[in-house]
Amino acid sequence: MVALSFLIWLPLIFGVFAWISENKFKSSGNWITLISLSGLLIFSIYLGINGTSSLSWEWFARFNIHFALLFDGLALLLVILTIALAMLAVLVSWNDIEKHRGFFHFNLMFSVAGIIGVFLAADLFLFFLFWEVMLLPMTALILIWGHEGRRYAALKFFIFTQVSSLLMLVAIIALALYHQDQTGELSFNLGQLQQLVIPENMQFWLMLGFFIAFAVKLPMVPFHSWLPDAHTQAPTAGSVLLAGILLKTGAYGLIRIVLPLFPSATMEFAPVAVTLGVISIIYGALMAYSQTDFKRLVAYSSISHMGFVLLALFSWHEVALQGAILTIVAHGISSAALFSMAGLIQHRIHSRELGKMGGMWASAPKMATVTLIFVMAGIGMPGMANFNGELFTLLGSYQQFPVQTIVASLGIVLSAVYGLHLFQRAFQGPPNVDVVDLHMRELVFTSLLVVALIYFGLQPHIVLDLSSETISSLMQIAGEAHP
Amino acid sequence: MNMQDLLFLVPLLPLVSSIILLLLAGRLSPMLVAVFGVGSMALAAILTLLIGIEFLGMGGDSFQQVLFNWLPIAGAPLNFGLHLDQLSLVMMGVITGVGWMIHWYAAAYMFGDKDVQRFFVYMNLFVFAMLMLVLGDSLVLLYLGWEGVGLCSFLLIGFWQHKADNVVAAKKAFIVTRVGDTAMMIGLLILFSEFGSLHITTIVDSTVQVSQSNLWLACLLLVGGAVGKSAQLPLQTWLPDAMAGPTPVSALIHAATMVTAGVYLIARMHPLFLQVEGILNLVAWIGALTLVLAGVAALAQTDIKRILAYSTMSQIGYMFLGLGALAFDGAIFHLMTHAFFKALLFLTAGSIILKMHHQQDIFKMGGLFKSLPLTSTFLLIGLLALVAFPGSSGFFSKEAILAATYEAHTAGPTLWWIGVLGAFLTSLYSFRLLFIVCFGPANHDLKEADYKASSQLVVPLLPLVTLAVIGGFISLDFSLVFGPAHHPHIPLWIEWMPVAASLVGFILAWALYFPRKAMQANDGVISHFCRDGLGFDWLYEQIFTKPLQLFARINKSDVIDHFYHFVGWLNFSLNEVLVISQNGKLRWYLFGTLAGCALMLGGLLWWR
Repeated sequence: MVALSFLIWLPLIFGVFAWISENKFKSSGNWITLISLSGLLIFSIYLGINGTSSLSWEWFARFNIHFALLFDGLALLLVILTIALAMLAVLVSWNDIEKHRGFFHFNLMFSVAGIIGVFLAADLFLFFLFWEVMLLPMTALILIWGHEGRRYAALKFFIFTQVSSLLMLVAIIALALYHQDQTGELSFNLGQLQQLVIPENMQFWLMLGFFIAFAVKLPMVPFHSWLPDAHTQAPTAGSVLLAGILLKTGAYGLIRIVLPLFPSATMEFAPVAVTLGVISIIYGALMAYSQTDFKRLVAYSSISHMGFVLLALFSWHEVALQGAILTIVAHGISSAALFSMAGLIQHRIHSRELGKMGGMWASAPKMATVTLIFVMAGIGMPGMANFNGELFTLLGSYQQFPVQTIVASLGIVLSAVYGLHLFQRAFQGPPNVDVVDLHMRELVFTSLLVVALIYFGLQPHIVLDLSSETISSLMQIAGEAHP
Repeated sequence: MNMQDLLFLVPLLPLVSSIILLLLAGRLSPMLVAVFGVGSMALAAILTLLIGIEFLGMGGDSFQQVLFNWLPIAGAPLNFGLHLDQLSLVMMGVITGVGWMIHWYAAAYMFGDKDVQRFFVYMNLFVFAMLMLVLGDSLVLLYLGWEGVGLCSFLLIGFWQHKADNVVAAKKAFIVTRVGDTAMMIGLLILFSEFGSLHITTIVDSTVQVSQSNLWLACLLLVGGAVGKSAQLPLQTWLPDAMAGPTPVSALIHAATMVTAGVYLIARMHPLFLQVEGILNLVAWIGALTLVLAGVAALAQTDIKRILAYSTMSQIGYMFLGLGALAFDGAIFHLMTHAFFKALLFLTAGSIILKMHHQQDIFKMGGLFKSLPLTSTFLLIGLLALVAFPGSSGFFSKEAILAATYEAHTAGPTLWWIGVLGAFLTSLYSFRLLFIVCFGPANHDLKEADYKASSQLVVPLLPLVTLAVIGGFISLDFSLVFGPAHHPHIPLWIEWMPVAASLVGFILAWALYFPRKAMQANDGVISHFCRDGLGFDWLYEQIFTKPLQLFARINKSDVIDHFYHFVGWLNFSLNEVLVISQNGKLRWYLFGTLAGCALMLGGLLWWR
């Protein structure tokens, strides 16, 4: 289906279009980006509604590399999330960007194209290509429109991702060569590679190559330290995309590549990965509490939340896998929402320091209420999306790794500690600073986020229905690996 | 049409009202706010009454109402469903009935506050969450209510959020109870892995053979959740500080409803507790120790609301004692009567505080019987119910618990004696409060004209006064939940011993505290120690808060990042070293090349 590839081309084309148009007519870029993203959203739903579709064009015939895309339920879910959060990124930085506005929109759309590519790729070479493609515009976003320490943060982000993805490249090539060794033909196709029977020892090293790349992206302690800097220094739109989607590509890689390709190595490695996940949960939460910078705090809380995803995936229990998917979606929304609030506050008081905030409820009650809801969602208030993810994760993981899961549960207390620290320092106490309350545009998109968080809290069905195919196939693989 | 089919409206009404008030923030007149806030409660209470009449008329069989599919947990999907039985009906009655009166009172109490609309958003939301807690048919839905009431409690304690102290108290309440919540969550994980479901009736009716040690642990963890919410040892420290909230909040959340959620939880899950050894014994001991400890602490307080807070803690201790002594019906009975008289006490305290221009120190009141006769009479009635004056509501419920304690194999005479000691302490601190506040010379300089009375502050108290007096005659039937009621046969002296203890307390209070001259608070070391809650705050600060803050201070810049900094530094340093070698001097290069050759040749020879 040719139309499938439009999901990748269109954002690029519209990105260029917005760039040119913005340079001709000021602030037309916002509208073009927003409208084209809405169109893209409808288009992706239209494509995905009829079930799985795929596409495969011959590309480098000599190496048997194909331009192969696969658009199933899980991919649809994440593409929708990507586009929706990109729209949020546009809305939240409507007036924020002062220089090179056209180029900004181009970069935004460029990274959307790269991320959608990662979610669609069914060929490992293509996957790697998009993995690199999405890195460039994001680095540019941080480097050009970031805050005071942007050079350092962009460099750090680039090096961490680059080094780790080199390991992945080595693993990809080794995998393709092994396929040649076994069948006489090179292959980068995910479906074909899944048929390979790889000896345990080799599985482990290949798995590790992919795992480290994805663990850096996730991020997992101790590979996390690029994230607080990147998040803090990125412009709001960058933070929204980073936290909302970019981190999820790490989880997506685990789901799509590591688990199905290397099941027995994964299971063998699971105790280590789960323990690292639990360490991420606890350490991330403790570090979040230690911060006084609004964005840095939220960044560390993301590490804590993504630890739940790692715990869930490597537990490889059906309920836990459901929990992982729910957490991916929920954290995508809630962390993007919190970073938006950070952006709105920074736009008003030109600071991210909690010490410079305080008592803002008095002057901005709407902003306070919305932030409170986001914080509560983030710390797992039942009835909102994140709680479902955590509950499913804990219920499922407990069956496989009871001790680690119990330690992970302590994250519930710690999340309350940092969540209240954030909210109370900013909005309660004696008024320290007067801010302008949310105006119409801001109220609209923050309300939509609130509705989304509560909707997915009460009706997680759509998320789980879309991912049920992936989950059941993973459970089947698990059954075969451990009969 | 069956009234029971309207069950979902009972929680829905306050929720809708809360959402309306939230969405129309700042656009409604205070009068309209009160209409929504109190009106929704009145409707919910009336509906509860109608449902209750029909429910009892039909024999009290439990009733389920599924609202929608909620969590599609693989293999054990959960619905968003309500479950009405004799236990939840009583709880629902207390929440909506007493809640209505408190909302009504609050409308008058908070009338002048500029944030009155926000206040009712929280209050109505609280009632919704509390109703979900008692009506939820699964432990997850119960947990939703459980966390929801915690959130509202947090918001209402910190309602006057411009004051730093209130904000700290709110945070403390939330985090301390969340420690309990986490224990409870781990308990849920164990129950799910044992029973394969989180549906309450499925779990308690299960005939599946489960591991005793896991069940024991799960019950212990549920108790952990219960002690957090109900402010029992060792998680009791948040309740006195929670008094920072407006007084109607203290009446509703921190006396009548939320703090009794732990009692409800244990009563609801009692079939599990009956299957394991020792946990109910532990519950009884927790209750007994808390009731004495809180009673002692109450004796040393000077703030009227903190006295009542410790008193609440102590009375919930009795409920835990009852649960531990297998008197589940007695515990819930005491929960109900306590809701009546403690709500009354808090609201009268609120009236006094309001009329004393926000003075809460009992030593700065005095002689109020003359200036505020009606309010003081209400206070007296509430206190009499609290000390279990024969015939009052508190008498019957406390008697039921203590009698069961003496007999039960999980409790016994030792715990009964502690309960009697508690009765003595209750009487002592209650009459201390009454004498210092209402008798003797006035210790304030307010004139008659300063007392503003509003009829709206009195009318809602009348039903509570009535119930505090005669509420003990309401006969509750829990036979379908807890099994047939058990009437202990105990000697007469055991029945009257608590009354005698109360009498001793009264006499001692008369001797010690009846004001013959202007009174002053005792300022000794022991008094201070008791006033600060017997050192628990200090202990927890040393064990938990300070290490956490220390970690936060030391590791703010993330020690792991230092490793990457080191790698970066190493690279830059190597770069600099190598840069030195590229200095453009030919002889250096020549030397380098020769040295390299020599080294390689030497190496080659060496290896050969």
